[in-house]
Amino acid sequence: MLQVENLHVSYGGIAAVRGLSLTVAAGEVVAIIGPNGAGKSTTLAAIAGGVSPREGTITYGGMGITGRRPEDIARMGVSLVPEGRHVFATLTVEENLAIGTYMLGHRSKTSADVAAVLERFPRLQERRHFPAGRLSGGEQQMLVIARAMLTQPKLMLVDEPSLGLAPLIIDQVYDILLDLRRRQGLSLLIVEQSTSRILKHADRIYVVRSGAVQLVDRAQALKDGEAIKRAYFGFEEVRA
Amino acid sequence: MINLAQNLIDALSLGSLYALVALGIGLLFSILRLINLAHGDFITVGAFALIVPSMEVTAQLAIGALNPVLLIPSIALIVVIVALMTDWAVFRPLRRAPQPSMMIASFAVSYIIQNGLIMIYGARPKNVNLWPALTGQLSIGPLRIATLQIVTIVVTLVLMAGLALFLKRTSYGIQMRAAAEDFRMARYLGVRGNLVIGMAFGISGALASAVSLLFLSQTGSLETGLGVPLALFGLVAVVIGGMGSLVGAVVGGFLVGFIVTLLQAYLPPDLRSFRDAFAFTFVIAILLWRPAGLIRAKAFDQRV
Repeated sequence: MLQVENLHVSYGGIAAVRGLSLTVAAGEVVAIIGPNGAGKSTTLAAIAGGVSPREGTITYGGMGITGRRPEDIARMGVSLVPEGRHVFATLTVEENLAIGTYMLGHRSKTSADVAAVLERFPRLQERRHFPAGRLSGGEQQMLVIARAMLTQPKLMLVDEPSLGLAPLIIDQVYDILLDLRRRQGLSLLIVEQSTSRILKHADRIYVVRSGAVQLVDRAQALKDGEAIKRAYFGFEEVRA
Repeated sequence: MINLAQNLIDALSLGSLYALVALGIGLLFSILRLINLAHGDFITVGAFALIVPSMEVTAQLAIGALNPVLLIPSIALIVVIVALMTDWAVFRPLRRAPQPSMMIASFAVSYIIQNGLIMIYGARPKNVNLWPALTGQLSIGPLRIATLQIVTIVVTLVLMAGLALFLKRTSYGIQMRAAAEDFRMARYLGVRGNLVIGMAFGISGALASAVSLLFLSQTGSLETGLGVPLALFGLVAVVIGGMGSLVGAVVGGFLVGFIVTLLQAYLPPDLRSFRDAFAFTFVIAILLWRPAGLIRAKAFDQRV
Protein backbone atom coordinates (compact mmCIF):
# COMPACT_ATOMS: atom_id res chain seq x y z
CA MET A 1 0.00 0.00 0.00
CA LEU A 2 2.79 2.42 0.90
CA GLN A 3 6.38 2.27 -0.29
CA VAL A 4 9.03 4.78 0.70
CA GLU A 5 12.33 4.36 -1.08
CA ASN A 6 15.64 6.03 -0.38
CA LEU A 7 14.00 9.12 1.17
CA HIS A 8 16.22 12.16 1.76
CA VAL A 9 14.86 15.30 3.44
CA SER A 10 16.87 18.35 4.49
CA TYR A 11 15.96 21.50 6.37
CA GLY A 12 18.12 24.36 5.13
CA GLY A 13 21.07 22.16 4.27
CA ILE A 14 20.86 19.98 7.38
CA ALA A 15 19.88 16.42 6.53
CA ALA A 16 17.05 15.08 8.71
CA VAL A 17 16.37 11.91 6.75
CA ARG A 18 19.10 10.15 4.78
CA GLY A 19 18.14 7.26 2.57
CA LEU A 20 15.22 5.86 4.54
CA SER A 21 13.10 3.11 3.03
CA LEU A 22 10.00 1.43 4.42
CA THR A 23 6.78 -0.28 3.38
CA VAL A 24 3.33 -0.64 4.88
CA ALA A 25 1.00 -3.38 3.61
CA ALA A 26 -2.80 -3.06 3.55
CA GLY A 27 -4.23 -3.61 7.02
CA GLU A 28 -0.80 -3.66 8.63
CA VAL A 29 0.26 -1.83 11.80
CA VAL A 30 3.82 -0.62 11.42
CA ALA A 31 5.79 1.30 14.01
CA ILE A 32 8.78 3.58 13.64
CA ILE A 33 10.76 3.94 16.84
CA GLY A 34 13.99 5.74 17.54
CA PRO A 35 15.56 8.50 19.60
CA ASN A 36 14.85 12.23 19.40
CA GLY A 37 15.94 13.81 16.14
CA ALA A 38 16.12 10.51 14.29
CA GLY A 39 13.94 11.83 11.46
CA LYS A 40 10.75 9.97 12.37
CA SER A 41 8.37 12.93 12.30
CA THR A 42 10.03 14.29 9.18
CA THR A 43 9.41 10.96 7.46
CA LEU A 44 5.70 11.11 8.29
CA ALA A 45 5.51 14.75 7.16
CA ALA A 46 7.19 13.85 3.86
CA ILE A 47 4.69 11.04 3.22
CA ALA A 48 1.79 13.41 3.94
CA GLY A 49 3.21 16.10 1.67
CA GLY A 50 4.10 18.59 4.41
CA VAL A 51 7.77 18.70 3.41
CA SER A 52 9.31 18.06 0.00
CA PRO A 53 11.93 15.32 -0.21
CA ARG A 54 15.31 16.19 -1.71
CA GLU A 55 15.58 12.69 -3.12
CA GLY A 56 13.68 9.41 -3.15
CA THR A 57 10.23 8.21 -4.11
CA ILE A 58 7.02 7.69 -2.18
CA THR A 59 4.37 5.43 -3.71
CA TYR A 60 0.88 5.01 -2.31
CA GLY A 61 -1.63 2.58 -3.79
CA GLY A 62 0.57 2.22 -6.86
CA MET A 63 0.74 5.96 -7.51
CA GLY A 64 3.73 8.22 -7.06
CA ILE A 65 2.91 10.91 -4.50
CA THR A 66 6.40 12.33 -3.98
CA GLY A 67 6.24 16.11 -3.51
CA ARG A 68 2.47 16.36 -4.04
CA ARG A 69 0.37 18.83 -2.08
CA PRO A 70 -0.77 17.76 1.39
CA GLU A 71 -4.45 18.36 0.54
CA ASP A 72 -4.18 16.10 -2.51
CA ILE A 73 -2.53 13.31 -0.53
CA ALA A 74 -5.19 13.66 2.18
CA ARG A 75 -7.86 13.33 -0.49
CA MET A 76 -6.26 10.08 -1.67
CA GLY A 77 -6.90 8.54 1.74
CA VAL A 78 -3.76 9.28 3.77
CA SER A 79 -4.41 11.06 7.06
CA LEU A 80 -1.65 12.46 9.25
CA VAL A 81 -2.17 12.97 12.96
CA PRO A 82 0.87 15.12 13.75
CA GLU A 83 2.68 15.28 17.04
CA GLY A 84 1.48 17.84 19.55
CA ARG A 85 -2.29 17.62 19.12
CA HIS A 86 -2.99 20.22 16.47
CA VAL A 87 -6.58 21.05 17.35
CA PHE A 88 -8.03 24.30 16.00
CA ALA A 89 -8.26 25.86 19.44
CA THR A 90 -10.82 28.58 18.74
CA LEU A 91 -13.12 26.30 16.74
CA THR A 92 -15.63 24.18 18.62
CA VAL A 93 -15.19 20.42 18.90
CA GLU A 94 -17.96 19.99 16.35
CA GLU A 95 -16.35 22.43 13.89
CA ASN A 96 -13.00 20.68 14.29
CA LEU A 97 -14.67 17.41 13.36
CA ALA A 98 -16.59 18.95 10.46
CA ILE A 99 -13.31 20.06 8.84
CA GLY A 100 -12.44 16.40 8.37
CA THR A 101 -15.56 15.76 6.29
CA TYR A 102 -15.49 18.69 3.87
CA MET A 103 -13.04 17.16 1.43
CA LEU A 104 -15.28 14.12 0.93
CA GLY A 105 -17.77 16.25 -0.99
CA HIS A 106 -20.87 14.35 -2.07
CA ARG A 107 -19.77 11.18 -0.27
CA SER A 108 -20.18 12.93 3.06
CA LYS A 109 -23.15 14.04 5.10
CA THR A 110 -21.27 16.20 7.54
CA SER A 111 -23.64 16.20 10.48
CA ALA A 112 -24.49 12.49 10.23
CA ASP A 113 -20.82 11.53 9.92
CA VAL A 114 -19.87 13.73 12.86
CA ALA A 115 -22.69 12.31 14.97
CA ALA A 116 -21.60 8.74 14.22
CA VAL A 117 -18.03 9.44 15.31
CA LEU A 118 -19.11 11.37 18.39
CA GLU A 119 -21.00 8.28 19.56
CA ARG A 120 -17.69 6.53 19.99
CA PHE A 121 -16.21 9.42 21.99
CA PRO A 122 -18.63 10.23 24.82
CA ARG A 123 -16.34 12.87 26.30
CA LEU A 124 -16.27 14.76 23.01
CA GLN A 125 -20.01 14.36 22.64
CA GLU A 126 -20.54 16.14 25.97
CA ARG A 127 -18.23 18.95 24.95
CA ARG A 128 -19.11 19.32 21.32
CA HIS A 129 -19.93 23.03 21.62
CA PHE A 130 -16.74 23.87 23.56
CA PRO A 131 -13.78 25.53 21.89
CA ALA A 132 -11.26 22.73 21.33
CA GLY A 133 -8.58 24.74 23.14
CA ARG A 134 -10.41 24.18 26.41
CA LEU A 135 -10.22 20.38 26.27
CA SER A 136 -7.69 18.42 28.33
CA GLY A 137 -4.66 16.88 26.63
CA GLY A 138 -6.25 13.46 26.45
CA GLU A 139 -9.48 14.84 25.02
CA GLN A 140 -7.53 16.80 22.43
CA GLN A 141 -5.69 13.65 21.38
CA MET A 142 -9.07 11.89 21.02
CA LEU A 143 -10.33 14.83 19.00
CA VAL A 144 -7.48 14.77 16.48
CA ILE A 145 -7.90 11.03 16.01
CA ALA A 146 -11.67 11.36 15.62
CA ARG A 147 -11.11 14.19 13.14
CA ALA A 148 -8.67 12.06 11.13
CA MET A 149 -11.19 9.18 11.16
CA LEU A 150 -13.77 11.47 9.57
CA THR A 151 -11.61 11.90 6.48
CA GLN A 152 -12.22 8.15 5.94
CA PRO A 153 -8.55 7.31 5.44
CA LYS A 154 -7.11 4.03 4.26
CA LEU A 155 -3.75 4.80 5.82
CA MET A 156 -3.34 6.77 9.04
CA LEU A 157 0.02 8.24 10.02
CA VAL A 158 0.12 8.82 13.76
CA ASP A 159 2.99 10.76 15.34
CA GLU A 160 3.64 10.02 19.03
CA PRO A 161 0.05 9.42 20.11
CA SER A 162 1.15 8.77 23.70
CA LEU A 163 3.25 11.91 24.21
CA GLY A 164 2.29 13.65 27.45
CA LEU A 165 -0.72 11.46 28.19
CA ALA A 166 -1.53 9.36 31.26
CA PRO A 167 -1.08 5.59 30.78
CA LEU A 168 -4.80 4.94 31.05
CA ILE A 169 -5.52 7.44 28.26
CA ILE A 170 -2.75 5.98 26.11
CA ASP A 171 -4.45 2.58 26.38
CA GLN A 172 -7.72 4.13 25.23
CA VAL A 173 -6.00 5.78 22.26
CA TYR A 174 -4.48 2.47 21.16
CA ASP A 175 -7.77 0.65 21.66
CA ILE A 176 -9.45 3.06 19.28
CA LEU A 177 -6.70 2.84 16.65
CA LEU A 178 -6.55 -0.96 16.72
CA ASP A 179 -10.33 -1.17 16.65
CA LEU A 180 -10.30 0.91 13.45
CA ARG A 181 -7.86 -1.53 11.93
CA ARG A 182 -10.03 -4.50 12.90
CA ARG A 183 -13.29 -3.01 11.69
CA GLN A 184 -12.25 -1.05 8.61
CA GLY A 185 -8.98 -2.63 7.58
CA LEU A 186 -7.17 0.66 8.23
CA SER A 187 -3.39 0.59 7.83
CA LEU A 188 -1.41 2.36 10.52
CA LEU A 189 2.06 3.84 10.53
CA ILE A 190 2.81 4.93 14.09
CA VAL A 191 5.82 6.85 15.38
CA GLU A 192 6.71 6.23 19.01
CA GLN A 193 9.58 6.96 21.33
CA SER A 194 8.66 4.43 24.00
CA THR A 195 9.15 0.88 22.80
CA SER A 196 7.42 -1.40 25.29
CA ARG A 197 3.83 -0.57 24.43
CA ILE A 198 4.26 -0.49 20.68
CA LEU A 199 5.93 -3.92 20.69
CA LYS A 200 2.59 -5.33 21.85
CA HIS A 201 0.49 -3.66 19.18
CA ALA A 202 2.54 -3.43 15.99
CA ASP A 203 3.04 -6.09 13.35
CA ARG A 204 6.42 -4.80 12.28
CA ILE A 205 8.92 -2.39 13.78
CA TYR A 206 11.43 -0.09 12.13
CA VAL A 207 14.18 1.27 14.36
CA VAL A 208 15.37 4.59 12.93
CA ARG A 209 18.44 6.54 13.97
CA SER A 210 20.32 9.39 12.23
CA GLY A 211 17.74 9.52 9.45
CA ALA A 212 18.02 5.92 8.31
CA VAL A 213 16.61 2.51 9.17
CA GLN A 214 18.91 0.61 11.53
CA LEU A 215 16.77 -2.45 12.04
CA VAL A 216 13.49 -3.84 10.80
CA ASP A 217 11.76 -6.99 11.98
CA ARG A 218 8.48 -8.50 13.07
CA ALA A 219 7.50 -7.18 16.47
CA GLN A 220 7.35 -10.78 17.73
CA ALA A 221 11.00 -11.32 16.92
CA LEU A 222 12.06 -8.20 18.80
CA LYS A 223 10.33 -9.01 22.07
CA ASP A 224 13.50 -9.53 24.14
CA GLY A 225 14.63 -5.96 23.43
CA GLU A 226 18.39 -6.50 23.05
CA ALA A 227 18.45 -5.99 19.29
CA ILE A 228 16.30 -2.86 19.63
CA LYS A 229 18.62 -1.43 22.25
CA ARG A 230 21.61 -1.91 19.99
CA ALA A 231 19.91 -0.35 17.00
CA TYR A 232 18.36 2.44 19.05
CA PHE A 233 21.55 3.59 20.77
CA GLY A 234 23.99 2.58 18.09
CA PHE A 235 26.51 0.78 20.29
CA GLU A 236 26.95 -2.55 21.99
CA GLU A 237 26.49 -2.72 25.68
CA VAL A 238 29.85 -3.64 27.18
CA ARG A 239 29.59 -6.35 29.77
CA ALA A 240 32.24 -7.30 32.20
CA MET B 1 -24.71 67.71 24.47
CA ILE B 2 -25.88 68.02 20.88
CA ASN B 3 -22.30 68.71 19.93
CA LEU B 4 -21.12 65.55 21.63
CA ALA B 5 -23.80 63.44 19.90
CA GLN B 6 -22.82 64.99 16.58
CA ASN B 7 -19.17 64.18 17.17
CA LEU B 8 -19.98 60.62 18.17
CA ILE B 9 -21.83 60.03 14.91
CA ASP B 10 -18.93 61.50 12.97
CA ALA B 11 -16.61 59.16 14.86
CA LEU B 12 -18.83 56.13 14.24
CA SER B 13 -19.01 56.86 10.54
CA LEU B 14 -15.27 57.41 10.14
CA GLY B 15 -14.59 54.43 12.36
CA SER B 16 -16.83 52.30 10.15
CA LEU B 17 -14.71 53.09 7.12
CA TYR B 18 -11.50 52.32 8.98
CA ALA B 19 -13.02 49.11 10.35
CA LEU B 20 -13.86 47.94 6.81
CA VAL B 21 -10.33 48.71 5.65
CA ALA B 22 -8.86 46.98 8.71
CA LEU B 23 -11.02 43.90 8.12
CA GLY B 24 -9.75 43.62 4.56
CA ILE B 25 -6.14 43.87 5.70
CA GLY B 26 -6.66 41.72 8.79
CA LEU B 27 -8.39 38.89 6.93
CA LEU B 28 -5.48 38.46 4.53
CA PHE B 29 -3.03 38.69 7.37
CA SER B 30 -4.82 36.05 9.40
CA ILE B 31 -4.73 33.52 6.55
CA LEU B 32 -1.54 34.34 4.69
CA ARG B 33 0.48 36.32 7.29
CA LEU B 34 0.72 38.93 4.56
CA ILE B 35 0.74 42.61 5.44
CA ASN B 36 -0.86 43.80 2.23
CA LEU B 37 0.34 47.35 1.60
CA ALA B 38 -1.57 47.32 -1.70
CA HIS B 39 -4.96 47.16 0.00
CA GLY B 40 -5.41 50.92 -0.34
CA ASP B 41 -4.80 50.64 -4.04
CA PHE B 42 -7.54 48.02 -4.36
CA ILE B 43 -9.79 50.76 -2.93
CA THR B 44 -8.44 53.26 -5.48
CA VAL B 45 -9.07 50.84 -8.35
CA GLY B 46 -12.70 50.48 -7.26
CA ALA B 47 -13.15 54.25 -7.34
CA PHE B 48 -11.51 54.74 -10.76
CA ALA B 49 -13.50 51.87 -12.25
CA LEU B 50 -16.57 54.14 -12.05
CA ILE B 51 -15.44 56.45 -14.84
CA VAL B 52 -14.50 56.22 -18.49
CA PRO B 53 -10.74 55.55 -18.83
CA SER B 54 -9.25 58.74 -20.28
CA MET B 55 -6.69 61.44 -19.54
CA GLU B 56 -9.41 64.13 -19.62
CA VAL B 57 -9.67 66.25 -16.47
CA THR B 58 -13.44 66.10 -16.44
CA ALA B 59 -14.52 62.66 -15.41
CA GLN B 60 -17.26 60.94 -17.35
CA LEU B 61 -19.19 58.36 -15.43
CA ALA B 62 -19.42 54.92 -17.05
CA ILE B 63 -20.21 52.20 -14.54
CA GLY B 64 -20.81 55.08 -12.12
CA ALA B 65 -23.87 56.11 -14.13
CA LEU B 66 -25.55 52.73 -13.70
CA ASN B 67 -28.34 51.91 -11.33
CA PRO B 68 -26.84 51.01 -7.90
CA VAL B 69 -28.21 47.47 -8.28
CA LEU B 70 -25.81 47.01 -11.21
CA LEU B 71 -23.17 49.48 -10.13
CA ILE B 72 -22.32 47.93 -6.76
CA PRO B 73 -21.82 44.33 -7.99
CA SER B 74 -19.86 45.55 -11.04
CA ILE B 75 -17.40 47.53 -8.94
CA ALA B 76 -17.13 44.69 -6.42
CA LEU B 77 -16.45 42.24 -9.23
CA ILE B 78 -13.72 44.43 -10.74
CA VAL B 79 -11.89 44.86 -7.44
CA VAL B 80 -12.26 41.17 -6.59
CA ILE B 81 -10.74 40.27 -9.95
CA VAL B 82 -7.84 42.67 -9.38
CA ALA B 83 -7.27 41.12 -5.94
CA LEU B 84 -7.39 37.56 -7.30
CA MET B 85 -5.05 38.46 -10.15
CA THR B 86 -2.62 39.97 -7.66
CA ASP B 87 -2.64 36.69 -5.72
CA TRP B 88 -2.18 34.63 -8.85
CA ALA B 89 0.56 36.73 -10.44
CA VAL B 90 2.51 37.88 -7.38
CA PHE B 91 1.74 36.05 -4.16
CA ARG B 92 1.18 32.51 -5.41
CA PRO B 93 4.76 32.26 -6.70
CA LEU B 94 5.88 33.60 -3.30
CA ARG B 95 3.94 31.13 -1.12
CA ARG B 96 7.06 29.80 0.54
CA ALA B 97 8.81 33.15 0.71
CA PRO B 98 9.43 34.74 4.12
CA GLN B 99 6.97 37.35 5.42
CA PRO B 100 9.14 40.42 4.72
CA SER B 101 9.52 39.38 1.07
CA MET B 102 5.75 39.16 0.67
CA MET B 103 5.30 42.57 2.30
CA ILE B 104 7.85 44.17 -0.03
CA ALA B 105 6.11 42.49 -2.97
CA SER B 106 2.81 44.06 -1.87
CA PHE B 107 4.58 47.43 -1.73
CA ALA B 108 5.63 46.87 -5.33
CA VAL B 109 2.06 45.95 -6.29
CA SER B 110 0.91 49.20 -4.71
CA TYR B 111 3.27 51.24 -6.87
CA ILE B 112 2.43 49.29 -10.02
CA ILE B 113 -1.30 49.93 -9.52
CA GLN B 114 -0.81 53.63 -8.76
CA ASN B 115 1.42 54.18 -11.77
CA GLY B 116 -0.82 52.10 -13.97
CA LEU B 117 -3.73 54.34 -12.99
CA ILE B 118 -1.67 57.45 -13.76
CA MET B 119 -0.87 56.05 -17.23
CA ILE B 120 -4.54 55.44 -17.98
CA TYR B 121 -6.29 58.30 -16.19
CA GLY B 122 -3.57 60.94 -15.81
CA ALA B 123 -2.18 62.27 -12.55
CA ARG B 124 -4.58 65.19 -11.98
CA PRO B 125 -7.44 64.72 -9.50
CA LYS B 126 -10.93 64.57 -10.98
CA ASN B 127 -14.27 65.48 -9.47
CA VAL B 128 -16.87 62.76 -9.36
CA ASN B 129 -20.35 63.27 -8.07
CA LEU B 130 -21.48 59.81 -7.10
CA TRP B 131 -24.97 59.38 -5.66
CA PRO B 132 -25.82 63.07 -5.00
CA ALA B 133 -29.04 61.90 -3.33
CA LEU B 134 -26.99 60.77 -0.35
CA THR B 135 -25.58 64.21 0.41
CA GLY B 136 -28.75 65.31 2.19
CA GLN B 137 -29.26 65.52 5.92
CA LEU B 138 -31.66 63.91 8.30
CA SER B 139 -32.95 65.89 11.26
CA ILE B 140 -33.65 64.04 14.46
CA GLY B 141 -34.80 66.70 16.90
CA PRO B 142 -32.03 69.27 17.02
CA LEU B 143 -29.55 66.72 15.66
CA ARG B 144 -28.64 66.92 11.98
CA ILE B 145 -27.04 63.82 10.48
CA ALA B 146 -25.70 63.42 6.96
CA THR B 147 -27.51 60.61 5.17
CA LEU B 148 -24.17 59.34 3.94
CA GLN B 149 -22.97 58.83 7.50
CA ILE B 150 -25.97 56.67 8.31
CA VAL B 151 -25.47 54.73 5.08
CA THR B 152 -21.79 54.20 5.89
CA ILE B 153 -22.55 52.89 9.37
CA VAL B 154 -25.38 50.63 8.21
CA VAL B 155 -23.41 49.22 5.27
CA THR B 156 -20.49 48.49 7.57
CA LEU B 157 -22.68 46.70 10.10
CA VAL B 158 -24.34 44.65 7.36
CA LEU B 159 -20.99 43.66 5.83
CA MET B 160 -19.55 42.74 9.23
CA ALA B 161 -22.60 40.64 10.09
CA GLY B 162 -22.42 38.95 6.68
CA LEU B 163 -18.74 38.15 7.12
CA ALA B 164 -19.34 36.82 10.63
CA LEU B 165 -22.16 34.60 9.38
CA PHE B 166 -20.01 33.34 6.53
CA LEU B 167 -17.13 32.49 8.86
CA LYS B 168 -19.33 30.81 11.49
CA ARG B 169 -21.98 29.04 9.48
CA THR B 170 -20.63 27.94 6.12
CA SER B 171 -18.21 25.13 5.41
CA TYR B 172 -15.90 27.49 3.54
CA GLY B 173 -15.94 29.92 6.45
CA ILE B 174 -15.06 27.18 8.92
CA GLN B 175 -12.25 26.07 6.63
CA MET B 176 -10.94 29.64 6.53
CA ARG B 177 -10.97 29.89 10.32
CA ALA B 178 -9.17 26.57 10.59
CA ALA B 179 -6.60 27.68 8.02
CA ALA B 180 -6.09 30.98 9.85
CA GLU B 181 -5.26 29.07 13.00
CA ASP B 182 -3.11 26.26 11.63
CA PHE B 183 -2.66 26.39 7.90
CA ARG B 184 -0.60 23.25 7.58
CA MET B 185 -2.92 21.11 9.71
CA ALA B 186 -5.90 22.32 7.70
CA ARG B 187 -4.18 21.13 4.52
CA TYR B 188 -3.46 17.73 6.09
CA LEU B 189 -7.23 17.50 6.49
CA GLY B 190 -7.81 18.19 2.83
CA VAL B 191 -8.51 21.93 2.98
CA ARG B 192 -7.27 23.39 -0.31
CA GLY B 193 -4.64 25.98 0.50
CA ASN B 194 -4.90 28.01 -2.69
CA LEU B 195 -8.69 28.05 -2.53
CA VAL B 196 -8.75 29.40 1.02
CA ILE B 197 -6.16 32.05 0.19
CA GLY B 198 -8.08 32.95 -2.97
CA MET B 199 -11.24 33.39 -0.93
CA ALA B 200 -9.38 35.65 1.50
CA PHE B 201 -8.18 37.81 -1.40
CA GLY B 202 -11.68 37.84 -2.88
CA ILE B 203 -13.38 38.92 0.35
CA SER B 204 -10.66 41.46 1.00
CA GLY B 205 -11.28 42.88 -2.49
CA ALA B 206 -15.05 42.99 -1.95
CA LEU B 207 -14.59 44.90 1.31
CA ALA B 208 -12.21 47.28 -0.46
CA SER B 209 -14.83 47.97 -3.14
CA ALA B 210 -17.38 48.94 -0.49
CA VAL B 211 -14.86 51.42 0.92
CA SER B 212 -14.23 52.77 -2.62
CA LEU B 213 -17.89 53.69 -3.05
CA LEU B 214 -18.51 55.03 0.46
CA PHE B 215 -15.33 57.08 0.52
CA LEU B 216 -15.77 58.53 -2.96
CA SER B 217 -19.35 59.52 -2.18
CA GLN B 218 -18.01 61.45 0.78
CA THR B 219 -15.06 63.21 -0.84
CA GLY B 220 -16.11 63.38 -4.47
CA SER B 221 -12.47 63.62 -5.48
CA LEU B 222 -10.76 60.95 -7.52
CA GLU B 223 -6.97 60.70 -7.28
CA THR B 224 -4.49 57.89 -7.73
CA GLY B 225 -3.31 58.02 -4.13
CA LEU B 226 -6.85 58.01 -2.72
CA GLY B 227 -6.60 54.72 -0.87
CA VAL B 228 -3.14 55.17 0.63
CA PRO B 229 -4.05 57.11 3.79
CA LEU B 230 -7.04 54.80 4.32
CA ALA B 231 -4.77 51.76 4.16
CA LEU B 232 -2.34 53.43 6.55
CA PHE B 233 -5.05 54.03 9.15
CA GLY B 234 -6.46 50.57 8.48
CA LEU B 235 -3.08 48.99 9.07
CA VAL B 236 -2.67 50.98 12.28
CA ALA B 237 -6.11 49.75 13.33
CA VAL B 238 -5.10 46.14 12.67
CA VAL B 239 -1.95 46.53 14.74
CA ILE B 240 -3.56 48.18 17.77
CA GLY B 241 -6.50 45.76 17.56
CA GLY B 242 -4.15 42.78 17.68
CA MET B 243 -2.72 41.26 14.52
CA GLY B 244 -4.53 38.15 13.40
CA SER B 245 -7.76 38.90 15.26
CA LEU B 246 -10.66 40.05 13.10
CA VAL B 247 -12.62 41.34 16.10
CA GLY B 248 -9.47 43.23 17.00
CA ALA B 249 -9.34 44.77 13.52
CA VAL B 250 -12.90 46.06 13.87
CA VAL B 251 -12.31 47.39 17.38
CA GLY B 252 -9.07 48.99 16.20
CA GLY B 253 -10.84 50.59 13.23
CA PHE B 254 -13.52 52.20 15.37
CA LEU B 255 -10.97 53.28 17.96
CA VAL B 256 -8.83 55.03 15.35
CA GLY B 257 -11.98 56.68 13.99
CA PHE B 258 -12.91 57.95 17.44
CA ILE B 259 -9.42 59.23 18.24
CA VAL B 260 -9.14 61.14 14.97
CA THR B 261 -12.65 62.62 15.11
CA LEU B 262 -12.49 63.68 18.74
CA LEU B 263 -9.07 65.24 18.27
CA GLN B 264 -10.44 67.14 15.30
CA ALA B 265 -13.34 68.39 17.40
CA TYR B 266 -11.64 69.20 20.68
CA LEU B 267 -8.07 70.19 19.86
CA PRO B 268 -7.45 73.94 20.09
CA PRO B 269 -7.89 75.35 16.55
CA ASP B 270 -4.24 76.21 16.02
CA LEU B 271 -3.19 72.62 16.83
CA ARG B 272 -5.76 70.96 14.56
CA SER B 273 -3.47 70.78 11.58
CA PHE B 274 -1.27 68.50 13.68
CA ARG B 275 -4.20 66.20 14.38
CA ASP B 276 -2.61 63.08 12.92
CA ALA B 277 0.56 63.54 14.96
CA PHE B 278 -1.60 63.59 18.11
CA ALA B 279 -3.55 60.56 16.85
CA PHE B 280 -0.39 58.56 16.35
CA THR B 281 0.81 59.60 19.82
CA PHE B 282 -2.30 57.83 21.13
CA VAL B 283 -1.46 54.83 19.00
CA ILE B 284 2.04 54.66 20.46
CA ALA B 285 0.61 54.95 23.97
CA ILE B 286 -1.80 52.07 23.30
CA LEU B 287 1.02 49.92 21.97
CA LEU B 288 3.23 50.73 24.98
CA TRP B 289 0.36 49.63 27.19
CA ARG B 290 -0.47 46.50 25.15
CA PRO B 291 2.32 45.68 22.70
CA ALA B 292 0.40 42.73 21.19
CA GLY B 293 -2.69 44.84 20.55
CA LEU B 294 -5.97 45.14 22.39
CA ILE B 295 -7.23 41.66 21.52
CA ARG B 296 -4.51 39.08 21.54
CA ALA B 297 -4.81 36.55 18.75
CA LYS B 298 -3.57 33.03 19.36
CA ALA B 299 0.19 33.11 18.97
CA PHE B 300 0.83 32.93 15.27
CA ASP B 301 3.79 31.19 13.73
CA GLN B 302 5.25 31.75 10.36
CA ARG B 303 3.03 29.98 7.87
CA VAL B 304 4.75 27.71 5.39
